[in-house]
Amino acid sequence: MHSPRCSHLRALASAALLIGLVWVGQALAVDTTPPLPTPQLQQRYLALTHELRCMQCQDESLADSEVDLAGQMRVEVHDLLLKGMTDQQVKDYLVSRYGERILFKPLFNLRNAWLWGAPSALMLVGLLAGWRIIAGRRRLVDQDPEEPLDDTVDEHWTS
Amino acid sequence: MNQQIEGAPTQPQEPEKGSSRWRFALPLGLFAALLIVLFVGLMHSPEKDLVVSPLVGKAAPQFSLPNLVNGGQPVSNAALRGHWSLVNVWGTWCANCRDEHQTLLMIKQQGRVPIIGIDWNDNAANATTWLQQLGDPYTQVGEDPNGVVAIDWGVYGAPESFLVNPQGVIVYKEVGEITPDVWREQFLTRIDAAPGTGPPPTTGED
Repeated sequence: MHSPRCSHLRALASAALLIGLVWVGQALAVDTTPPLPTPQLQQRYLALTHELRCMQCQDESLADSEVDLAGQMRVEVHDLLLKGMTDQQVKDYLVSRYGERILFKPLFNLRNAWLWGAPSALMLVGLLAGWRIIAGRRRLVDQDPEEPLDDTVDEHWTS
Repeated sequence: MNQQIEGAPTQPQEPEKGSSRWRFALPLGLFAALLIVLFVGLMHSPEKDLVVSPLVGKAAPQFSLPNLVNGGQPVSNAALRGHWSLVNVWGTWCANCRDEHQTLLMIKQQGRVPIIGIDWNDNAANATTWLQQLGDPYTQVGEDPNGVVAIDWGVYGAPESFLVNPQGVIVYKEVGEITPDVWREQFLTRIDAAPGTGPPPTTGED
């Protein structure tokens, strides 16, 4: 009475596991585009599809998206590489159709200068401010030789 | 206390006060600048940029697609030459296209421009049934099951529609459904604004 039910359960469990594994396998294999003839081309294809945005999705690359359009665009990238286009030509072509947004990494040009420059500029401002504050403190220490160092600092923080 | 620290080593009272005022003004100013930058960024969010296609103002990409009608001539740029045209990308899988269909039939009725359809990511049997059931607003429909032409036109969803002028240049792109209002405000105004726009070439009515 015990064993048959157990074996049923076990069969059911293993069936579920099997279906689950198959499903996971399918979910992992989003890209069904046939591989390119040489490993070098395939490598470039993989790099490109990871650098290009799926235009229908929120922050998903062509390589990762299951949307039909992403599949069609992967085939397009595949075909363009087969035709002998360079990576840059493939990107330029897609930018001319979809705009710069299709690139995950913004172009390095004058229009985007602030985008690239802002982080280092802000960092510089921060460092400069920090340096001035420290310099100010040091001057304070130099100016008041009677007061011990620790007290000055504490007083400054608490006041 | 701060003032003492700052000013003590060099100069008397006057510049002290100025520099301490700066201490407040500078971070505040920076913060305001940051707010402005972020606000501008918000207003120019990528979603809004998407509407502008890099193809607007450029010649319509070359294309040639099999005609939905069996044995019909291929649908190509020849269909766009010498008159204003509306190129409409649709598919029977696209829910908004069903809503848009009524407007397209109305546009056909007006007879100002021929509508060239690109049936994207779809198959001919579905498209034919759809047009039989809902009516056919198109002068020609090209079949683009693999999206080759759609990608070349920078299409990323359906429906999308392009207004092409008599010289074959894309003048406007609408992403999403054309409603009667959109048709009037975005499309007809552009056609009417162009110099020398005569009566429609397709039919006699106006």
